[in-house]
Amino acid sequence: MTALPLRPGHSGRPRPQRLREMSGRAGWGIVAWVVAIAFFLPVLWMVITAFKPESAAETWPPQFIFKPTLSEFRLVFSGMGPFLTHSVVATVGSTILVVLLSVPAAYALSVHPVKHWRDGLFFFISTKMLPIVAAIGPLYVIALHLHLLDSIWLLIILYTAMNLPLAIWMIRSFMLEVPRELLEAARLDGAGRIREITGVILPIISPGLVSTALICVIFAWNELFLALNLTVTNAATMPMYLISSVPQEGLYIAHLSAAATIASVPVILVGWIAQRSLVRGLSMGAIK
Amino acid sequence: MAQVKYVSASRVYAKGAPPAVDALDLDIEDGEFMVLVGPSGSGKTTALRMLAGLEPLDGGSVEIGDRDVTFVPPKDRDIAMVFQNYALYPQKTVAENMGFALKMQRVPREQRDRRVREAARLLDLDDQLLERKPKQLSGGQRQRVAMGRAIVREPKVFLMDEPLSNLDAKLRVQTRGQIAELQRRLGITTVYVTHDQVEAMTMGHRVAVLRDGQLQQCATPRQLYDNPVNEFVAGFIGSPAMNLQTVPLTDGGARLAGATLPLPAAVRAAASTAGLSELVIGIRPEHLHLANGSGELGGEVMLVEELGADSLLHVRLAESGNAVVARAEGRKPPIPGQKVTFHVQLEDIFAFHPGTGARLAG
Repeated sequence: MTALPLRPGHSGRPRPQRLREMSGRAGWGIVAWVVAIAFFLPVLWMVITAFKPESAAETWPPQFIFKPTLSEFRLVFSGMGPFLTHSVVATVGSTILVVLLSVPAAYALSVHPVKHWRDGLFFFISTKMLPIVAAIGPLYVIALHLHLLDSIWLLIILYTAMNLPLAIWMIRSFMLEVPRELLEAARLDGAGRIREITGVILPIISPGLVSTALICVIFAWNELFLALNLTVTNAATMPMYLISSVPQEGLYIAHLSAAATIASVPVILVGWIAQRSLVRGLSMGAIK
Repeated sequence: MAQVKYVSASRVYAKGAPPAVDALDLDIEDGEFMVLVGPSGSGKTTALRMLAGLEPLDGGSVEIGDRDVTFVPPKDRDIAMVFQNYALYPQKTVAENMGFALKMQRVPREQRDRRVREAARLLDLDDQLLERKPKQLSGGQRQRVAMGRAIVREPKVFLMDEPLSNLDAKLRVQTRGQIAELQRRLGITTVYVTHDQVEAMTMGHRVAVLRDGQLQQCATPRQLYDNPVNEFVAGFIGSPAMNLQTVPLTDGGARLAGATLPLPAAVRAAASTAGLSELVIGIRPEHLHLANGSGELGGEVMLVEELGADSLLHVRLAESGNAVVARAEGRKPPIPGQKVTFHVQLEDIFAFHPGTGARLAG
């Protein structure tokens, strides 16, 4: 405290006000921590339970000291194969399609806006306003007639359609950040439309492109409703595997936790990467 | 190598709005350094972008080397542009930036490298800089890379849009000279946009002064300074600006600072033909000669700005109380509060129509 008067910024301020400020800041800190822990606890619970034997998983009060076992993981892995493959194929396939389609679409809505680009933009986002439950009936009938029910192609198409609007909006906003002069310089240098996109725009917005793709990966990976209603075995995905690991009777909490943990790992990983590149993507405007 | 021609070229941004460039007629000779100058909103940048093909024309035409390029896309106009913020591709190296246009023209790699290296040498860019990204360069280096990107193309016309405005004052003066010298050496027709009249005067072979989208005057820097066609050009060209005063006409001349300032006969004749009772007279700061009490114009020094070689006197004139600026010798300037008088020579007085701003008997 003896050093305090030496700091000109602090010495002039009345004491009670400083105290109020400090306690206010601490108060918000506590709130933030409580919320964060409230969000994180179930996840932690899930991971801990996954390492318990089934017999120890459902005791009350919960046991915190137990012998960790990988037996449930082993069990989960043994039946997971096809589900994992379907999820990876549907997620990666749809994300590639989304990026391929959304880049030219975003370009046509930002850099060289087509006629009625506003309507187009609104149309894309409006498709997200309809509850998916309302569309499931028609989707089922169409898939039935196209012989696409329980097919991985159906999921790829639907996940592409599902993520496309968001991707177009995101990539469009990144493209708007590209300085106009750069595009004009490229035009003067003799770059055509394709060159303008691949040579000038894409390198600049690549952080944004990556974060968009990662978000699409997360959404496709977690999707349950469409997969549940339109697939059975040939295209069943990881979220369906989670549901199927709940047996009709008996203990299943540890098994479910192990399966959920495995299903979450890719998403958490991707989310973590996306968070970093998202920040980079959003601070892209700082180029000069 | 080419001349450039604007033929009543117009650009209207929005329906009903006044045109950004209004029927511009301008001939730029082969190898000429033409500066477009004017305050912001004068249409100078729009005029340049019309020549580049980045802005469509709403009337008239643009020609480069006797070829009408009004509807030719930018890349086929054989021009190169230096942007105000340089517009370097951030993900490409300096060499790639400079060689991009050549790559688009499918110039073979060896030839491309050679030309990039030549341009770099011309601009004193070290070889090791060529492999850096624009972000790793200083402002001055970026500016030179932007110049290099234009030079490498060996275009018919250089277009430059305030290329020095992002540099600090000292570097700006230095680069100003380098660009002018380079242009002279390469002999490539150049159209240069700036709002800085000092830049315009020092660099241009000829200077076109624009205001509200209309060409006011196009002449050599000397002619602009000595013979402005109207009040706007007179006030815009020259630093500090010309002293412009609206004064009543009397029998012997114009009444200013409690004295009658004699006017040239031609001016008096023009004023009486136009039926004027007052007019705007303009006197450049260096034409107000300190006269030790014997001058016609009296006033009191309010402020002295020492510039080293000379000093600027801000003087409040007697009677009218209007402020004027006079350039005086640097060594022993009057001090603030001192009463001074100035002598003005008859031929140094400019006269303008108070309504239209046009020069009277120029």
